[in-house]
Amino acid sequence: MRDVAVIGVGCTKFGEHWERSFRDLFVEAGALALEDAQLSGEKIDAMYVGNMSAGRFIEQEHIGALIADYAGMATRHIPSTRVEAACASGGLAFRQAVIAVASGMEDIVVAAGVEKMTDVEPGETTDALTGAADREWEGFVGATFPGLYAMIATDYMHKYHMTREQLAQVAVKNHFNGARNPIAQYQQEITLDTVMKSTMVAEPLRLFDCSPITDGAAAVIVAPLDRAREFTDTPIKVLATAQASDTIALHDRRDISTLDATVAAGQWAFKMAKLTHKDIDMVEVHDCFSIAEICAIEDLGFCKKGTAGKFTADGETALGGKIPVNTSGGLKACGHPVGATGIKQVFEIVQQLRGDAGRRQVDGAKIGMTHNVGGTGATVAVHILGRV
Amino acid sequence: MTVARFWRKIPQRYNLIGTKCETCGRHFFPPRTFCPDCRRTGKIVDHKFSGKGTVVTYTVIQTAPDQFISPGPYVLAIIRLDEGPQMTTQIICDPKEAKIGMRVKSTFRKIATDGESGIIHYGTKFVPVE
Repeated sequence: MRDVAVIGVGCTKFGEHWERSFRDLFVEAGALALEDAQLSGEKIDAMYVGNMSAGRFIEQEHIGALIADYAGMATRHIPSTRVEAACASGGLAFRQAVIAVASGMEDIVVAAGVEKMTDVEPGETTDALTGAADREWEGFVGATFPGLYAMIATDYMHKYHMTREQLAQVAVKNHFNGARNPIAQYQQEITLDTVMKSTMVAEPLRLFDCSPITDGAAAVIVAPLDRAREFTDTPIKVLATAQASDTIALHDRRDISTLDATVAAGQWAFKMAKLTHKDIDMVEVHDCFSIAEICAIEDLGFCKKGTAGKFTADGETALGGKIPVNTSGGLKACGHPVGATGIKQVFEIVQQLRGDAGRRQVDGAKIGMTHNVGGTGATVAVHILGRV
Repeated sequence: MTVARFWRKIPQRYNLIGTKCETCGRHFFPPRTFCPDCRRTGKIVDHKFSGKGTVVTYTVIQTAPDQFISPGPYVLAIIRLDEGPQMTTQIICDPKEAKIGMRVKSTFRKIATDGESGIIHYGTKFVPVE
């Protein structure tokens, strides 16, 4: 297999884009990535796009062709493929692009992610998202997505005695980082009180434990490492790509508050990169809910099971801590346009590794990791990226 | 959705008819037609569950999606059936009484409706055992 590098990245601002359509969003992200790589569209060999539910959100399927068309590729007839794994769609699209280049099949490949979530009523958005879980045996009986993660939180707090305040610190830290990220949906810092006094959604989770509904798109361009310097002075090498699956329903898991797919994908990624968690300078994890970040940093090995609440409250996951987590603001503050999130995570790590992360820069960042989850952990994608 | 989508699940949803693998003895609810342990050597048959179980974890949903009969708050839980498998269900009780380890038994209830004139979805909820 060939070594692969990221040669260009682009991302729209995340938020409620009432004036802009699905097409507008991905065209902007793609154009930004091409500009970043100083590349013309004629050089692109293939595209992979992560999108969860355009069929429900904008009543549009056949997203691969649509994107290629509006990106100006229709007359070149390049292959363009939609990748779907609920909220992990973006992470899997990136992985497919990396595999295409590593295999030697393609040279210059775009991995994009896009979701337009505000064109339907919030109730319908919530219902569409429930499709990431088991519709027949979870959704049917009244499970909502916050409800499923709330059951993970109840189980976790019962076993490990994490306090509600420790859990809230995840959101406080992610808003602090989001306030330093110009593409973030929420660029305001919040206090512990903001979280603790927000509306109860599904006990013990409150509104500020939950990621928002977001419109947005992100795109990255990958190429063989040995050609990367044709396009950029700062290629970022893909050190590992890993993907794991687990039961679709939360109730079938070995342990409710361990995401075994995260454990597996994390271990495979470290093995592929010949690295350990100590080598990672910062990680973007999938904090669709505050409890998800707690589980993720344990399941990836950054702290022992049952200790992530204290680890977070002690500031070890903040900028300047032992392992900065979600410097972008995470899904909580940066926003969560589901299909775009996995690509945005790569966008953030590439910015950090290039030293372009501004007021949220991790000093001397050399190696970063992304962790993207579909549903309650039925799909997980983990990537490790490094400076060369 | 067509009626068939719900009609074909009536035995499972109304009467807790799951499945069992006769090769290894493992029970499945929700039902599976393929044993993940025995694979092609498995022999799957229907199995009626006793409807008794224990709460593994739970939450209190504050606001229900529109289609659900209970407007919320309601207790959503994962329970372990006495035969082994775990399932997601609603527990009919005062939300303050819900706790991990609570014993529950199944009961037949309305779950949701497809709007005012749509079909009514029935299924199994659970109630605390005194």
